[in-house]
Amino acid sequence: MNTSTSTFVRTEMLPEQAPPLTESGAVKWVRENLFSSVLNGILTVLGVVIVAYLVIGIAPWLSRSVWNAGSLSECRQIIAERWGEGVTGACWAVIRERWPQYLFGFYPSHLYWRPVLAFVLLCVAVAPVLFDKLPRKMLWFSLVYPAVGFWLLWGGSVWVPVMAVAGFAIGYAAAKFLQPVAGTIIAAIAAVLAPVLWWLFLAGPAADALQSLLPIALESVRSREFGGFILAFTIGFTGIAFSLPLGVMLALGRQSDMFIVNKLSVGFIEFIRGVPLITLLFTASLLLNYFLPPGTDFDIILRVIIMVVLFAAAYIAEVVRGGLAALPRGQYEAADALGLDYWKAQRLIIMPQALKISIPGIVSTFIGLFKDTTLVVFVGLLDPLKGITDAVRASTDWKGIYWEPYIFVGAIFFLFCFGMSRYSMYLESKLKTDHR
Amino acid sequence: MAVVTEEPKAGFRLGMLIYDTRYRSITIQIVVLMLVMLGAAWLIDNLLSNLAALGRGIDFGFLWNRAGYDINQTLVEYTNDSTHARATLVGLLNTLLIAFLGCIAATVVGVIAGVLRLSNNWVIARLMTVYVEIFRNIPLLLWILMIYTIFTEAFPAPNAFRGETPAASMVMFDTVAFTNRYTAIPWLMFDRSLGWLPLGPLWLNLDLTAIVAALVGGFLLNRYILRRATRIQEATGLRPTTWWQCMLALFGPIILVLLALGTHLDSPSLQGFNFTGGLQVSNSLVALWLALTLYTAAFIAEIVRAGINAISRGQSEAAFALGLRPGRTMNLIILPQALRVIIPPLISQYLNLTKNSSLAIAVGYMDLRGTLGGITLNQTGRGLEAMMLLMLIYLIVSLLISSAMNVYNNRVKLKER
Repeated sequence: MNTSTSTFVRTEMLPEQAPPLTESGAVKWVRENLFSSVLNGILTVLGVVIVAYLVIGIAPWLSRSVWNAGSLSECRQIIAERWGEGVTGACWAVIRERWPQYLFGFYPSHLYWRPVLAFVLLCVAVAPVLFDKLPRKMLWFSLVYPAVGFWLLWGGSVWVPVMAVAGFAIGYAAAKFLQPVAGTIIAAIAAVLAPVLWWLFLAGPAADALQSLLPIALESVRSREFGGFILAFTIGFTGIAFSLPLGVMLALGRQSDMFIVNKLSVGFIEFIRGVPLITLLFTASLLLNYFLPPGTDFDIILRVIIMVVLFAAAYIAEVVRGGLAALPRGQYEAADALGLDYWKAQRLIIMPQALKISIPGIVSTFIGLFKDTTLVVFVGLLDPLKGITDAVRASTDWKGIYWEPYIFVGAIFFLFCFGMSRYSMYLESKLKTDHR
Repeated sequence: MAVVTEEPKAGFRLGMLIYDTRYRSITIQIVVLMLVMLGAAWLIDNLLSNLAALGRGIDFGFLWNRAGYDINQTLVEYTNDSTHARATLVGLLNTLLIAFLGCIAATVVGVIAGVLRLSNNWVIARLMTVYVEIFRNIPLLLWILMIYTIFTEAFPAPNAFRGETPAASMVMFDTVAFTNRYTAIPWLMFDRSLGWLPLGPLWLNLDLTAIVAALVGGFLLNRYILRRATRIQEATGLRPTTWWQCMLALFGPIILVLLALGTHLDSPSLQGFNFTGGLQVSNSLVALWLALTLYTAAFIAEIVRAGINAISRGQSEAAFALGLRPGRTMNLIILPQALRVIIPPLISQYLNLTKNSSLAIAVGYMDLRGTLGGITLNQTGRGLEAMMLLMLIYLIVSLLISSAMNVYNNRVKLKER
């Protein structure tokens, strides 16, 4: 302790000095994020050059956009007038003029209100499924929406969808009434059999009879007239709605101890995952008639939807199987220890956790399904990407237009797919319960 | 003291089939099996009665008839006099070619994009994020059509390269020419070619075989040298110098073979209105390849990023604490662990790419679906047989790819006791 010998002791703190110029503010950020090493510097320059190249290539073209023109030649004329000869510009007039076709295909134009209404109602039906803050009563509407949407889109007698929905009510009623009388098993069998019998034999005549008694009908629209984004949405949303339950069932089948159920599920999943969707679509359009009773001819969109559902279900089954496998064994054992039966254990313990784990995979399967709706063009349906664009280009007015339709359709697909992936991230963070 | 109680001797009741867990699973399985068999029987019955009504059976004999159509790109000898089976083979090889090229390129691009997306370089990371999101969220079909349109619309015709002041010029030091019909690239030519060896229906290209043999031989030799060095190191503690041996083993045989074959690079050059020399790759192949590559690479980039992110920070910190340099940390610590996470989804991306190559139909590339499932099907009217065969072939290809990759996966995955 020789403080007494010190000749100088500072008594007050020095004021903090500002960091050196290279270690603060924008300079620091640039140094750390752009030029932290030679390689990084090269990469930065390269990246900037690429962006600049793209911007220089595209921006002038975009800036010379024409929104009002009747044909491509007129459009080019306007561009030449405004910006001089020999320059190129974007001709968005094609979208402006042909947007009904892009949205509705060849759906009769005086009936456009129906798909629009169906889309609005779809949003209402989907909202309570997506956001749990909304009143739960709205789910009832979501349940009947498929029938409403079907009736609005295809038209025809109102009694066809009503009778189809009635099948579910009959099944429920059969189960309800038989349960006290005949026991659970008989009731369950009746709940499956009664609606099937109803749909096969009684629903058609009943719908006809009611239609003759009380004719309420919309002008019916054939499937071949569908096209554009209503086709993509119809196939996409129906596919999504039906492939999830089917996929979960397949995943359970694959996890099952029962030999036959397991092998059937494995065979189905591996078969579907092994072949391209396009071959399944071809099968639906070319070969399905071979496998149905002679003289049956059922709707092409329905066939495509069935194939898309089967395809997506196989992928979802694999994703859900991953989720099931990721659950600790203790969860299964705890459910068993509580004395829950198989379905109760699945419903209350296993599935909520397994599905939560598999959300990203499930949503990316859905995104894939939605993108794959463009493949229906190869079975002769008018998808927005190739079918409608080819149809537009086939007219003399818009012959030779390439980029604008692709960019427009691509942007809409991007909007929905990106939205779905963002929603899945939101859902993941909302359901996150661990404390990592 | 354990009391052995007599098991209740209840007779078998019908209800036990459902209520007794010992029998319930058997009951369910039998019911399911019966339902499935009933469904299958119904389908097959319909099929048979429909075929009977059409007056034809299932017959694959059409495969041996003359095909009668031309294919613009063939890897094996094919003329329009060849059989439909031959056309199917050509299509299958074209599918495999695009799948092979696509998988390699997609892996390279995907790994680079995935690693760069994690880089601390702000510009590059953002750029890669934009790339990945744009390509993942827009249908593949659009990319195929768009890239194909760029080739057919934006690139000049071959005759634009003519004259003193040509309207178009070749790129990459005058070796590659993009035209609106094909892409002309330099190609290896052999002065002393070994020719072809007839091998049943296929012809074996002896030049290619020699090159592959030299490469594989060099690789195996290199591995032997490294293993021997490790053995000596473990025995004596001193590692012999191996770098020149490895170089020699890897590059010696292939250089010798190439010299022996009299290899030179043949660049395309303009003769009249068209390019000759080199290799003219059809734009449908290039566009399809580019689209499949960029699309799949976006998915692979995400897989790689997730794989690297899955390795906890502690691993790299521990490696640094042990004094390993960043490069060795990546090679010895991070990558072996990340690969375990990366490989299973990577397999399914390869499978997806292979299956997506069936979109070749959009640009007229004659793959398996274009030959067997396209022209052959339409010409012979044998839709059922052709589709069944098509699905079977795709199924076999998929299963082969996934089993090959699973073998690799089993080698790198964590060996747990």
